[in-house]
Amino acid sequence: MTKSELIEAVAGKITAFSRKDIEVIVETVFQSMTDNLSSGDKVEIRGFGSFKIKKRDGRQGRNPKSGENIFIDSKKVPFFKAGKEIRERINKQP
Amino acid sequence: MTKADIVEILYEKVGFSKKDVAEVVEAIFECIKQNLEAGDKVKISGFGNFSVRQKRARRGRNPQTGGEITIEKRKVMTFKPSQLLKKSINAGRSAQP
Repeated sequence: MTKSELIEAVAGKITAFSRKDIEVIVETVFQSMTDNLSSGDKVEIRGFGSFKIKKRDGRQGRNPKSGENIFIDSKKVPFFKAGKEIRERINKQP
Repeated sequence: MTKADIVEILYEKVGFSKKDVAEVVEAIFECIKQNLEAGDKVKISGFGNFSVRQKRARRGRNPQTGGEITIEKRKVMTFKPSQLLKKSINAGRSAQP
């Protein structure tokens, strides 16, 4: 499923909004999550999961192609932990 | 940030009623969950991909007692962030595509 298919699926369930409005809402939801994570805060969606930022220290690495030593700068990476509800749902036998 | 904060942002940005918007936000995450449950991957361009992976059974240890236990095979949900999201996070603000 892609973002546009998600928009279609949600539009099929919700009658109070036009497809265009649903599109704006879907875009805004992921944009606001991106903005929030970018400012360093975590995002917690009950039943779905939580997103946190983890900091990776800089380290000495090597360019695998040239064998050259390089320093890899410290960076922040997003980290997702699935919520209890979805963990249980994907493991239920049909 | 929780779902309530997202609803607040939507309310401020587009002015739809909070109750209606909350219903849509709920439906968005429910749709993603249903797809994952059905074994399908969900790709949100600019944000990342959600997928379900099968983990095999393996020997593990109870960290509290030290006793050996079998961890049964199970499915786990994983998230792979998009390049854009990773870029935004490191820039400290939203990156432009």
